[in-house]
Amino acid sequence: MEKTKELQKIEDQFKTFQILDEKGKVVNEKAMPKLSDEELKELMTRMVYTRIWDQRAISLNRQGRLGFYAPVAGQEASMIGSQFALEKQDWILPGYRDIPQIHYHGVPLDQAFLWSRGHFGGGQMPEGVRVMMPQIIIGAQITQTAGVAMGLKKNKEDAVAITYTGDGGASQGDFYEGMNFAGAFNSPAIFVVQNNRFAISVPVEKQSAAKTIAQKAVAAGIHGVQVDGMDILAVYVATKEARERGLKDNGPTLIEALTYRYGPHTMAGDDPTRYRTSEEDSEWEKKDPLVRFRKFLEDKNLWTEEEEDKIVEQAKEDIKAAIKKADGAPKQKVSDLIENMGEELPANLQEQLEEYKAKESK
Amino acid sequence: MAQMTMIQAITDGMRNELKNDEKVLVFGEDVGQNGGVFRATEGLQKEFGEDRVFDTPLAESGIGGLASGLSVTGYRSVMEIQFFGFVFETFDAIAAQMARVRYRSGGTYNAPVTIRSPFGGGVKTPELHADSLEGLMAQTPGLKVVIPSSPYDAKGLLISAIRDNDPVVFLEHMKLYRSFREEVPEEEYTLPLGKAEVKREGSDVTIITYGAMVHASLKAAEALEKDGHSAEVIDLRTVSPLDIETIIESVEKTNRAIVVQEAQKQAGIAANVVAEINERAILSLEAPVLRVTAPDTIFPFASAEDVWLPNHKDIVAKAKQVIEF
Repeated sequence: MEKTKELQKIEDQFKTFQILDEKGKVVNEKAMPKLSDEELKELMTRMVYTRIWDQRAISLNRQGRLGFYAPVAGQEASMIGSQFALEKQDWILPGYRDIPQIHYHGVPLDQAFLWSRGHFGGGQMPEGVRVMMPQIIIGAQITQTAGVAMGLKKNKEDAVAITYTGDGGASQGDFYEGMNFAGAFNSPAIFVVQNNRFAISVPVEKQSAAKTIAQKAVAAGIHGVQVDGMDILAVYVATKEARERGLKDNGPTLIEALTYRYGPHTMAGDDPTRYRTSEEDSEWEKKDPLVRFRKFLEDKNLWTEEEEDKIVEQAKEDIKAAIKKADGAPKQKVSDLIENMGEELPANLQEQLEEYKAKESK
Repeated sequence: MAQMTMIQAITDGMRNELKNDEKVLVFGEDVGQNGGVFRATEGLQKEFGEDRVFDTPLAESGIGGLASGLSVTGYRSVMEIQFFGFVFETFDAIAAQMARVRYRSGGTYNAPVTIRSPFGGGVKTPELHADSLEGLMAQTPGLKVVIPSSPYDAKGLLISAIRDNDPVVFLEHMKLYRSFREEVPEEEYTLPLGKAEVKREGSDVTIITYGAMVHASLKAAEALEKDGHSAEVIDLRTVSPLDIETIIESVEKTNRAIVVQEAQKQAGIAANVVAEINERAILSLEAPVLRVTAPDTIFPFASAEDVWLPNHKDIVAKAKQVIEF
């Protein structure tokens, strides 16, 4: 397609925002966030922890000790950097891959494992932890986020609603509707698109002729920014700015984070070698968010191998304990499922509840 | 008491709840300043402000998502879908999202949403305005589906729907909006969801129906009476869940029944009523339970409504068939 000047002008407005390059060097000193040494170390701790969690989850899934699992390795910076910019009072509406964000917002690991296995306990979010259950219908979380953000604004709360989808998700109608509603109502919403270049096997080029996903913000008349999603500082800063924009009543923001998943789409039989080259994989491995942030911290004498080993051990122990706890969850009964159907059960369910209770007491 | 049309009773029900609970919000396409395409929300924005009663962009799925999201921040949404034929745009938001949220969160979250929407034939609307799609909703676990046939019922059922802490689909038949007036109390009152009403007592045959077909059935009952047959007419009022008790009690008395709906034979909820009677009262039946429905085609082009929609004559004929079986 030959580009018109108009098209080029739009694309030029969405240049990738980056703070750390692949070697861990600061390339945008002006944009550096004011984070303490402790906070910087916490970011790295969470990325290492999440990488181990991902490795363990894949192997637990292979052993049949976990169910549905969507790998996250490669996306640690975009997931953890964006969540780190939030406050406890902010709402998260995750997609099915966005389990790390809700974990760091307060959902315990064992509950994440129950959700993976398919147990209603996985959706019983702890009191005061403002997260919705991971959304399977790609796009539904986006229109819902417009509603949560409107509610927060009506309640005059000092809070925003953030949601996540992938590059494929940006083709859904609900993606546009959600952004457009939040724009029309000027609600404090943040829409994050984690563009890992593939929706299962379909490359992002087959989703749209648009050069960036960030520029889709133009259709809603809202702010849009493209960030290096392998750079945790850039993701953090972009989310922080979006949050402040929302709180100052300046409307929602679309953030496109350029990232990559090293693993398959899910553990349900997807084989990335069918649609990705090993050259592409190794090119993105050079961009690993852990590698560059580790170098950055080491240059500041804030990180050592021993520290990292300790975190790896801690993660493994926590995961073991969480799986054990998940194993201990009571088995689900049909009567539990019926009782969760409504505040007051309609007559048909009352009748079926009695039937199943009788069956269960045998 | 005041003489009200069904549309006035619906407005009154919403006004009552906007006054009663500051978390109630009313929104949809043209429901604000315009007062709704049928004037159902007339005057509400002026009385309660733009914060409570507001217009949305033209996108049904977005409206459904908005209601879902508002639920978790403590609001009680009364969202309008301008015509129920447009429900397909927001099917996910209703059937896959708000209907399921309590269950998938193990009781942590809920969706106190009322989905108001007009439907129904006989007024020669353009395409996809009048289709009877209650059957789709009735098949969705987690939803209640309410269809009033009178001003009095509309107000009491709507207040109950809004106060229900789970999603309720509230379908308003366009032909009934202004077709007659009825005494409706100005003060608040509620009618239980899931409860049918015997509109006319009879002893020879039970006519189970809802929506505009209630009036066609009452007219048919009069005609049957002239021929010496006594028909009992039950207005379901809620089509999901069904009021099994009232249905079975009547069938056990009359030993004969027909189910009448405006929807096509393969749609609606009549088959469900027949199945329940077969399971619970077969020994009382003197004849099979037959159905009066529309034919299994797409909803008719406007000028074919008269030959397509079921009417009182179809009901009389079917009732006689059952009586003379």
